[in-house]
Amino acid sequence: MSGTTTLATTAATPAAAVEVHGAHKWYGSNRVLDGVDLTVQPGQVAVILGPSGSGKSTLLRAINHLEQLDVGHVSVNGELIGVRRHGERLKELGERAILAQRAGIGFVFQGFNLFPHLTALENVAAAPVATGRATKEEARATALDLLARVGLADKADAYPRQLSGGQQQRVAIARALAQKPGLILFDEPTSALDPELVGEVLAVIKDLAGSGTTLIVVTHEIGFAREVADLVVFLDGGHVLEQGTPAEVLDNPQHPRTREFLSKVL
Amino acid sequence: MTEQSLPAPSLTVADRPPAEAPTAASPAPLSPQRVIPLRHPGRWIATAVVLVLVAQFAHGLITNPFYQWGRFQYWFARPVILQGLLITLEVAALSAVLGLVGGIVLALARQSKNPILRAVSWTYIWLFRSVPLIVVLLVLYNFSALYKTLSLGVPFGPGFVHFNESALATDLVVATVGLSLNEAAYAAEVVRAGILSVDQGQHEAAAALGLPKVYQFRRIVLPQALRAIVPAYVNQLIGLIKGTSLVFYVSLLDLFGEVQNMGSTYPGDVVPLLLVATVWYVILTSVVSVVQFYVERHYSRGALRTVPPTPLQKLRASLRQLREHADFGRTVNS
Repeated sequence: MSGTTTLATTAATPAAAVEVHGAHKWYGSNRVLDGVDLTVQPGQVAVILGPSGSGKSTLLRAINHLEQLDVGHVSVNGELIGVRRHGERLKELGERAILAQRAGIGFVFQGFNLFPHLTALENVAAAPVATGRATKEEARATALDLLARVGLADKADAYPRQLSGGQQQRVAIARALAQKPGLILFDEPTSALDPELVGEVLAVIKDLAGSGTTLIVVTHEIGFAREVADLVVFLDGGHVLEQGTPAEVLDNPQHPRTREFLSKVL
Repeated sequence: MTEQSLPAPSLTVADRPPAEAPTAASPAPLSPQRVIPLRHPGRWIATAVVLVLVAQFAHGLITNPFYQWGRFQYWFARPVILQGLLITLEVAALSAVLGLVGGIVLALARQSKNPILRAVSWTYIWLFRSVPLIVVLLVLYNFSALYKTLSLGVPFGPGFVHFNESALATDLVVATVGLSLNEAAYAAEVVRAGILSVDQGQHEAAAALGLPKVYQFRRIVLPQALRAIVPAYVNQLIGLIKGTSLVFYVSLLDLFGEVQNMGSTYPGDVVPLLLVATVWYVILTSVVSVVQFYVERHYSRGALRTVPPTPLQKLRASLRQLREHADFGRTVNS
């Protein structure tokens, strides 16, 4: 598949929520992504599995241009991310345009990365005001609703450090939701949590599934993938080794590497 | 109330260091009672020694006629001294603000992706940290001899705006510019250290939310960086306040300049005059330190689970604790 035809199809067919085409990424001589193709339809929940170092996080971060691909491109709802088409070539977008694109894509980090000097409410309400999408009062009201939705209405005035890990991650999810994104990316959202707290965060993510928002989740929680995912993608050595429904990939893996991985994780 | 009906020992009891617990050895069950704190006789001896030394020093300070406290009193709030103090305050405040702004710009340039900006910033910091402040001041003072007019325009080409340099460069301007140039170089490194202290995840989260670049810096990075910047910059500021005494050499009569002046007019009063300057500098430094405490407290929001108490709150808390302690002791012993 040549770059030209890919770009043409992107424009013609009804847009997928996320399309990744021929993604390559090197860190020095270390090849992290080696020709990844991925399509996620609107409203789907995609779970990316794979051993550490397989390129899961890099792929996820490339989708909102936190990482720049060396070769290949990403589009969200048919819009190229981080680049624009210039004839047959792709040119990097300016900082402002990239920031505007990111504002429509939620991102939830493994380490939460809440702003420690702002309260839970301020964390959630900051971005819509800063990006001019809401007035202060609107953002505050929305933020209170979102905090209630993740079960933290009573923690609005708490600072992140006064919250447990699970609570912090739920605030981080509310913060991502505040921008009303059509797509939310989760980078190992439960890996930094005590086993006891994993459940409360997964419950919030499950609630989002089927709400029309497209979710891409990098995780090691196989049970979660089986229950919620529409699409499971197994990544190893920068390649997609296998993808399909949970039944196909998790219960009947075709590739020996997938079988080996699943036998260790399950 | 009897001992048996007492509630479980409260925190005041529990957080004391346990004395050599006889619990293990003695078979009889212990009822809750006050733990006798460990005595520290060494501390009392050290305190006594220090108190005696301090008293001796104070005695010398008060009774030694060499200090001439009468003359000190005479000079302390003289208009001429207060005038100098005002100049010191003006120069220090202006240079502190200009220096900090310059420092932020230099620190950002130093971390920019543009290699030219990085190089210019590095060179500026290198130069002004290398050249003694007094040299900077004297060069600026003689600047009007080197450059008669200053113009804005194309290098080697025509100029658009011209200033008469000697009219622009009053002593106050020369002093402020000199101190600010010097201050900016040091402030740049203080600010850079602060920015580096902010977790990379914060930059990433701000970028992922699509926050505008200026907002990212002003509302996310800077407030967190200030926690590290404030103590180091106040250090710098105190150096600056005392550094203003150098402006005497560019014929600006600041606090120290006036003291020097009066000292040469009244040679007998040199020591009390120096003490006057010293006490004023101590007062300025103390005020800055108090302000520092509250500024630091402000920027520790969220960084600590509880904000450190103000001295007043601390006093109240310890009084309350003393009272509770006494109450508890009474109930236990009754």
